Amino acid sequence: MNNNANPVMRADSVNVFYGKTQALHDVSIDIKQQQITALIGPSGCGKSTFLRCLNRMNDVIENCTITGQITLNKEDIYAPSVDIVALRRKIGMVFQKPNPFPKSIFDNIAYGPRIHGMAKDKDDLEEIVTNSLDKAGLFNEVKDRLHNSALGLSGGQQQRLCIARAIAINPEVLLMDEPCSALDPIATNHVEELMWELKANYTIIIVTHSMQQAARVSQQTGFFHMGSLVEVGRTEQIFQNPVDKRTRDYITGRFG
Amino acid sequence: MPDQNLIQQQKRDRRRMFADMRFRAYGILGLMIAGGALLFLLGNIFTTGYDAFRQTVITMEFNLNTDDLGISQTASVEAIQQANTLKVAKQALYALFPEVSKSKDKRNLYKLISLGAEHDIRNQLFNHPESIGSKVTLTVPMSSDVDQFYKASQRGEEIKSRLDQQQQQWLQTLINKKMVTVKFNSDFFTRADSRYPEIAGIGGAVVGSIYTLMICLLISFPLGVAAAIYLEEFSRDSFITRIVEANINNLAAVPSVIFGLLGLAVILNTFNAPRSTPLAGGIVLALMTLPTIIIACRSAIKTVPPSIREAGMAMGASKIQVVFHHVMPAAMSGTLTGTIIGLAQALGETAPLLMIGMVAFIANVPGTPTDPATALPVQIYLWAESAERGFVEKTAAAIMVIIVFLIVMNLLAVLIRNKTRISNK
Repeated sequence: MNNNANPVMRADSVNVFYGKTQALHDVSIDIKQQQITALIGPSGCGKSTFLRCLNRMNDVIENCTITGQITLNKEDIYAPSVDIVALRRKIGMVFQKPNPFPKSIFDNIAYGPRIHGMAKDKDDLEEIVTNSLDKAGLFNEVKDRLHNSALGLSGGQQQRLCIARAIAINPEVLLMDEPCSALDPIATNHVEELMWELKANYTIIIVTHSMQQAARVSQQTGFFHMGSLVEVGRTEQIFQNPVDKRTRDYITGRFG
Repeated sequence: MPDQNLIQQQKRDRRRMFADMRFRAYGILGLMIAGGALLFLLGNIFTTGYDAFRQTVITMEFNLNTDDLGISQTASVEAIQQANTLKVAKQALYALFPEVSKSKDKRNLYKLISLGAEHDIRNQLFNHPESIGSKVTLTVPMSSDVDQFYKASQRGEEIKSRLDQQQQQWLQTLINKKMVTVKFNSDFFTRADSRYPEIAGIGGAVVGSIYTLMICLLISFPLGVAAAIYLEEFSRDSFITRIVEANINNLAAVPSVIFGLLGLAVILNTFNAPRSTPLAGGIVLALMTLPTIIIACRSAIKTVPPSIREAGMAMGASKIQVVFHHVMPAAMSGTLTGTIIGLAQALGETAPLLMIGMVAFIANVPGTPTDPATALPVQIYLWAESAERGFVEKTAAAIMVIIVFLIVMNLLAVLIRNKTRISNK
């Protein structure tokens, strides 16, 4: 357990408002490098909202205002000079529902490297695609049909494809918004194993409904309730010895 | 319910079943009425228009001697243009009836042959100048009155013909000599309008319609798609955009003749676009089609799932990249379907074209979009109000042509829809 690792991302008293409704209250958290941070909490508690602040996906929502500071490697990601495209290149995201582009498997992975001009030539691009699929543990399953439509894959394969797509542009941080909630237990298992492997190279933040999953995969866990981050700490500590009563009640299944 | 006995239950069930059956019967009845009406209409058009595709022709020997033609053996193109082919045609017919000598009778005799005969002889001179001075056998159209009379008599019908007793006798002589036949009227598809029904063709109107629709598509598609993208993806919800939206929806309901007036006032009078041309017609129809395309494209964009947009954004695509790489490809099938429906509507539109002068009598097939032309629905309108009997079948035939056009366009829409849907799988 690498607890002394530097924080890659740091949120400092983040407040989010949708119009006049406040969705997040004063959230502060350090995201440590090459660790998996799990965000848990009941539905509507703001954990997804917080996750979407980290790569500025909330920007497109009209009258959504964000105060406080979020930094990536000590740079304020909400500074006016920040290029949102460059930011999202460093912070990849995987969504709740697998959302491959309606293109071929190859083109799905190649899309990011193409728009960011990461490949010098065709061979280079093929190598990136192969590597990404390999890292996502999908290459052997799809190597014979790289040019078939990605929508022909199973749900679990699609989700791993989305992960492969996200890591194809080599982000520093990977945000995962309930990546397994649409998958069956076997596919979930695949994705969790994959997260363990990816941890060596990437910093992962995962929002999950499943406390078991949080306990299985993460090193750090944050518990959200009613828009505030109630408690954050090492996963074992949160699950075995929570400080806050609300955390204890949630973990023991008394609400949520 | 426990206190309900089985018989009551059955009664209720039966009533419900009958209600089901009644409803289904109403549906089938409605479909049958609609289908019957359509079949009647199409059948009527087909039986009337069928004859327009057949033309009564006569095969005769023409003496292309230089004296009658008034040109030399080595005549230039301009000279052939001036050649007296009418005289050659007349001489050929008179030669068959040497007994006809009075000039009044000769005039009546020549009424059996169409004006098209002169065209055909002139074409012979153009295409085979070496035949000048010799005798050639040509098949030329007969006049509309003969055409109507002969086709009716072949069907075994008696019609009130404009041919008098004498003319009918002459015709009978020609028929007995086996010179008169009925052939497929391929000229109908290549010729433009004419005052003479037997040589009037739909070709000019078809080309005019194609040019008009092309101009319409070239203007309305990019503009409509761009407007839809801007309104859906970029504009902020403000008072002005709401006014724009309301106006687009209103424009879709404006009667087409108003667009014609607009075209007359703005495109012809202010911008001096050439009158009666597919260019002007296409611009007016584009204005009319724009709201349809914008509305279709916007609703297609609205149905693109937000997950695709999010996926693109999360990969670091810019707003424009998300729109053009992900949203528009997914919205294309809906957009194209809407565009084709809009174009089909434009194809059938008459009123705005009347306003900008595409109703003129144009005897040439237009070569470019800036040549005066007419369009299919306008041609139907023109022929429908012509007095000659021969135009009745032409009108029906023109309707058949426009229906074929519409079917082809709708098939195209279905094909595009299916193709894009399969590629999504």
